[in-house]
Amino acid sequence: MTITGSNITTTNANDDILLDVRDLTMFFPVTRGIIFERKVADVKAVDHISFTVKRGETLGLVGESGCGKTTTGRAILQLYKPTDGQVLFQDDDEGNFIDLTKIKGERMRRMRRKMQIIFQDPYGSLNPRMSCGSIVGEPLTIHGLAKGKEYRDRVEELLTIVGLHPYFASRYPHEFSGGQRQRIGIARALAASPSFIVCDEPVSALDVSIQAQIINLLEELQARFGLTYLFIAHDLSVVRHISDRVAVMYLGKIAEITDRVELYENPLHPYTKALLSAVPIPDPVVEATRERIILQGDVPSPLHPPSGCNFHPRCPIALVPGVCNEVMPEFRNVGTADNPHFVACHRV
Amino acid sequence: MGVLLQVKDLATQFFTQEGVVKAVDGITYDVEEGETLGLVGESGCGKSVSAMSLLRLIPNPPGRIVRGEVLFDGEDLVKVDEARLREIRGNKIGMIFQEPMTSLNPVLTIGRQLTEALELHLGMDRNAANKRAAELLHMVGIPEAETRLSDYPHQFSGGMRQRVMIAIGLSCNPRLLLADEPTTALDVTIQAQILELIKRLSRELGTSVILITHNLGVVARYADRVNVMYAGRIIETGTARDIYGLPRHPYTLGLLKSVPRLDQAMKEKLDPIEGLPPDLIDLPPGCPFRPRCKFTIDKCAVEYPPLITVGENHRAACWVDVTTGQAR
Ligand SMILES: Nc1ncnc2c1ncn2[C@@H]1O[C@H](COP(=O)(O)OP(=O)(O)OP(=O)(O)O)[C@@H](O)[C@H]1O
Ligand SMILES: Nc1ncnc2c1ncn2[C@@H]1O[C@H](COP(=O)(O)OP(=O)(O)OP(=O)(O)O)[C@@H](O)[C@H]1O
Ligand SMILES: [Mg+2]
Ligand SMILES: [Mg+2]
Repeated sequence: MTITGSNITTTNANDDILLDVRDLTMFFPVTRGIIFERKVADVKAVDHISFTVKRGETLGLVGESGCGKTTTGRAILQLYKPTDGQVLFQDDDEGNFIDLTKIKGERMRRMRRKMQIIFQDPYGSLNPRMSCGSIVGEPLTIHGLAKGKEYRDRVEELLTIVGLHPYFASRYPHEFSGGQRQRIGIARALAASPSFIVCDEPVSALDVSIQAQIINLLEELQARFGLTYLFIAHDLSVVRHISDRVAVMYLGKIAEITDRVELYENPLHPYTKALLSAVPIPDPVVEATRERIILQGDVPSPLHPPSGCNFHPRCPIALVPGVCNEVMPEFRNVGTADNPHFVACHRV
Repeated sequence: MGVLLQVKDLATQFFTQEGVVKAVDGITYDVEEGETLGLVGESGCGKSVSAMSLLRLIPNPPGRIVRGEVLFDGEDLVKVDEARLREIRGNKIGMIFQEPMTSLNPVLTIGRQLTEALELHLGMDRNAANKRAAELLHMVGIPEAETRLSDYPHQFSGGMRQRVMIAIGLSCNPRLLLADEPTTALDVTIQAQILELIKRLSRELGTSVILITHNLGVVARYADRVNVMYAGRIIETGTARDIYGLPRHPYTLGLLKSVPRLDQAMKEKLDPIEGLPPDLIDLPPGCPFRPRCKFTIDKCAVEYPPLITVGENHRAACWVDVTTGQAR
């Protein structure tokens, strides 16, 4: 297999890399006309992003609504066929990387077992006509992993692992609360013993008091089964808690990616800084003295992303005219090989 | 500062096939002139219903205000006739609700939606109303306000539409603004823009604000005082500093402990509140938080705790003193 594209190793130099994403791009065509459908534009949902994820870690992915987080997760799992780029996944059996964008059929099916997704919406993501047990056990049937008593035992085990009673198996989704439904989604994702899980806003729809339960559960499962997570969220406090490293997305591109301590203590991209300063802290004493960067303007449309650096129209330190509105900044490492800190900004 | 709004023992119920939902179960509180009162609590605890009840916007059937008084400037809004209520809604009391009732009308221009209230409540003529509408749009930070008055809602982004909602909410210089999750659907950077705007305007115009949200950080930054609701009742009330600094109800305590904070060292594990929120249809006797509480004593199963004074202007509905773990 030939591997091309930008090799951007955002993990430490000698890490055991599970996932290597290169120039991943996902454009959605916008079409007009019914009989003669023609493409009039592209929604540049994800635009040439590159990063690596090491085995056993959690990479947090944050950014504002519509910046392309879900699309990134789905394009990695090949739930969308990427417009461009490569998704290299380490295949344990052979010890080398497989480009997921190039494989089909039985090979793809075999890889799918290793990659799962937990959805954002615990209300809409479960089939209302299937019992909780069949939802959780479905991957076992699809991948031919268990039958009969073995199947029933495994479903029971999975429910217990996520903190649900085994006798809930016969109930239907509408009989569960949001937090319980999210647990069902997690049990299902675990069924085929994956190594990689995309968690797409797994707690956003839940009450604050329930969120901590689910986050703790995800962490326990990671430690127990050696899972690797891509954790998508817009709550930066939650992301800091659960992630080892964090990537900040803006309008289809990655603005900054580094170790979580580094990102929160030494953010370099002006967008990251604004995002962090906008997070309200649940303490009036702290809030009373906190300086904030209030960004002006709205998030631009990915149909017509701004020229040059896509953040320049809202950026408080943009060099305009001449630099930021004309030249796209390079995504480069300003940290070390052992502790990389990638950022795309002319002013850093 | 005087008291602008006095809510006394307000209770609203929904009569459904499954049973009676005691959505708001006897709440009492005041709002002072010029202050921002935060209202927090988990989904379904009665925050929105309590706010809608103030203006009698509860769908009937199945809902009904079953008892209580809402004294606004001395006048009981539970008793006044519908015509008088219409004069007050959108005029003396402005509303920013996220959901359907007051969201923008897609077939009317932004300008028309603003001038309607101005003509109705303030008796302005079309010209004066147009001028004021442009000022309002400008005030909420929409550039080229005059030209944008003739735009339709779909020509505005989500954040801009929410700013229009605020402009409408504030258009008649209300004395009280009800803001129910005004920024929940918006991004953090836009959320910060809008909340700063509400804060600035309430300062400049002396407007009182009831700010409803489930985001503890938002309340900490913007509220002077806070009411915490659980299962249809206020279970703790105090200044923002006391509620966050010295929480006295086990639920408030648990809620504050369960969220990770950007300004604190990272923890190994989060401290969740175990269990699930209660079902408001058949609440067990005693304290509704008991099944999830770490501090229970025998009395909790029998009798609902009233709000007990735990400090100056600080009250909590709990039989136990959470600082010692002993009965009060
Ligand atoms: N199937 C699709 N067809 C066309 N456009 C799409 C499709 N899916 C997503 N988009 C567009 O791509 C962009 C990125 O969407 P995406 O769902 O990835 O954002 P997100 O970061 O997950 O946002 P959120 O935080 O709101 O979930 C958006 O502008 C969206 O409208
Ligand atoms: N039209 C209705 N019919 C029956 N029950 C209702 C109706 N409207 C609200 N309720 C119930 O009243 C209770 C309080 O609802 P309310 O909307 O006030 O909650 P909330 O605290 O605003 O929650 P959220 O944070 O989710 O907005 C809920 O249990 C809800 O199910
Ligand atoms: Mg998404
Ligand atoms: Mg509500």
